[in-house]
Amino acid sequence: MTLAQAKRGQRVEIVAIPDPVVRAQAIRFGIAAGERIACAEKLPAGPIVIAKGRQEIAIGRRLAENIEVRPA
Amino acid sequence: MHCHDCLSHIAIPAGARKIVLVGNPNVGKSVFFNALTGLYVDVANFPGTTVDISHGRYGGDVVLDTPGIYGISSFNDEERVARDVVLAADLIINIVDAVHLERDLFLTLQLIDTGLPVIVALNMLDEARHQGVAVDADLLEHLLGVPVVPTVAVKGEGLEDLKTRLADARPGISPPDLKKQLADMVRTVAVPAEALLVLEGDPEVADRHGLEPGGQREEIYRQRRARVNDIVGHVVREEASGAGFAARLGHWALRPLTGIPLFALILYCMYYLIGVLVAQDIVGFTEETLMQGLYEPAVRALVGRFVSESSIPGTILIGEFGLLTMTITYILGLLLPLVVGFYFVLSLLEDSGYLPRLATLVDRLMNTIGLNGRAIIPMILGFGCVTMATITTRILGSQRERTIATAVLGLAIPCSAQLGVIAGMLAALGPKYIAIYGGVILLILGLVGRILHRVLPGQSTDLLIDLPPLRLPRGENVLKKTVTKSYAFLKEAAPLFMIGALLITLLQVTGLLEVIQDGLAPLTQGLLKLPRETATVFIMGMIRRDFGAAGLSDMVLGPAETLVALIVITLFVPCIAALIVILKERGVKEGMLIWLGSWLAAFVVGGLVAHIII
Repeated sequence: MTLAQAKRGQRVEIVAIPDPVVRAQAIRFGIAAGERIACAEKLPAGPIVIAKGRQEIAIGRRLAENIEVRPA
Repeated sequence: MHCHDCLSHIAIPAGARKIVLVGNPNVGKSVFFNALTGLYVDVANFPGTTVDISHGRYGGDVVLDTPGIYGISSFNDEERVARDVVLAADLIINIVDAVHLERDLFLTLQLIDTGLPVIVALNMLDEARHQGVAVDADLLEHLLGVPVVPTVAVKGEGLEDLKTRLADARPGISPPDLKKQLADMVRTVAVPAEALLVLEGDPEVADRHGLEPGGQREEIYRQRRARVNDIVGHVVREEASGAGFAARLGHWALRPLTGIPLFALILYCMYYLIGVLVAQDIVGFTEETLMQGLYEPAVRALVGRFVSESSIPGTILIGEFGLLTMTITYILGLLLPLVVGFYFVLSLLEDSGYLPRLATLVDRLMNTIGLNGRAIIPMILGFGCVTMATITTRILGSQRERTIATAVLGLAIPCSAQLGVIAGMLAALGPKYIAIYGGVILLILGLVGRILHRVLPGQSTDLLIDLPPLRLPRGENVLKKTVTKSYAFLKEAAPLFMIGALLITLLQVTGLLEVIQDGLAPLTQGLLKLPRETATVFIMGMIRRDFGAAGLSDMVLGPAETLVALIVITLFVPCIAALIVILKERGVKEGMLIWLGSWLAAFVVGGLVAHIII
């Protein structure tokens, strides 16, 4: 499944982030393949906010559709 | 090559060590900076960026502040500037937020991997305690291999400790295989910190050494992330994770149902503060009572003793558009209070951590004009100054987004002083006119963005933004920012205003102003249904938009005429300074298109509105 399909409150594990620049930026925030995160907020047709510990990151919907995850 | 040239525009005395403060955004760096340097601080702009670096003295050494960043590399201007300052550093003070160690330690480890002496200030421990996060500072010190000083900077706790332990700053622990790779690279690059950045594939640092950027970024970042997670796992103990009020407010700001009303409330407060309180009450006092009531008669009487007001030098100095009368009144009496009000509000917004949430809230809306939510940040800053905002469009991910944002900024976003005047004039007209004005401007903004999104090739980048915790902005910081930015406004605007006033006086005494007003009469009187003197305001607006707005506030117009004039000067061409920056940032062809486009839009839209409502 993709991150865009995660439901609010659901915990998922990141499987793959295809874009290398996004991957490099996300890893600084602690978001990388293998990390477990929670979908903290989901705006209608808009960004997904993911949380890892106290760190929150907003990810645009189209980008979230390209991030592969699996339920954790 | 040590990066000496990187700081060539900052005077550093011989023998002084360069102590550099580095940290993620919003970790309280400026408090440390102030505590170390005291009152005497210089601010230097990094050439070609909007990034300012503060520097001051600490004993015989120099302390340099850097912009808040998540890592040193070349992802944006802030990172590039911070990278260059770090490369020139003799000692690094790394400030980390105890609540967000998972994020902050990534930068810490990158700094440690540069091999430079580092000392870590573990800040905001009170907030961590409050949120049920316990951090073992001694263990962290042991794992990092550099001194870790617990601090609560805003309360002054730990700052003396930090000063005493500065001498202990030392290179920390890097993984052995990275060290080996670095040792190989150092043979060609000589400086370990630069060798690290070359390995991590930083194109600019590699270029300085005539090398190809290395391909190990992915691998180094992944290992570093694993180290961070490991360290955090050892030193952080989470007790109750009670979501505080700030966290709840943070989520309300994101959800459309609560976020939109919250944004509307913020906009209304801004409007009330600037459009009503400052533009009417304060400016009423400063412009009319102080400047026109006391200052202008005094300066007229004084200068009048030496030259007659009707002579040419007299007209230039104290005439209708006089350098000593109108110009000074506009700058100090009218625009300065507005600009101060504006920068105050912008600094509050910036320091509260609200803007990234707004970017998230509006992301979907911005997608419709080919931008992502992040573009709201230059647009909000555009209300400060279009020139600055145009440079800030560099934070956008692609050329196509930068073109769209620049066009929209140049066209539909008024700058602070101008908007202040506009808000003041609109407030006097009443809600109906405010609604028409807002509607027309938003419509144009949407239309232009939409068209550009359609015709420009390529794809825009997606939103990826860190949401920092919401915090109450610190008064001292906000005031400092407000003062610095308002002073910069005065410095930039004053000479241009002088030139503008001089030009208009010259046009007036040579009779050319009449000729231009007559020549433009078909546009002003025919198309826009405005008095022909409005042409003078447009000439003033070309020099600086707020200068035009100020001129407009002195004209006697009916409500509908005022509205048309306001719409025209809002959509009107960007001022000279903004135009120069647009040409520089976007190239001559695109810049001229934006410029001509704004002429067309201003008069076509103004004409349409005029024919509908007048």
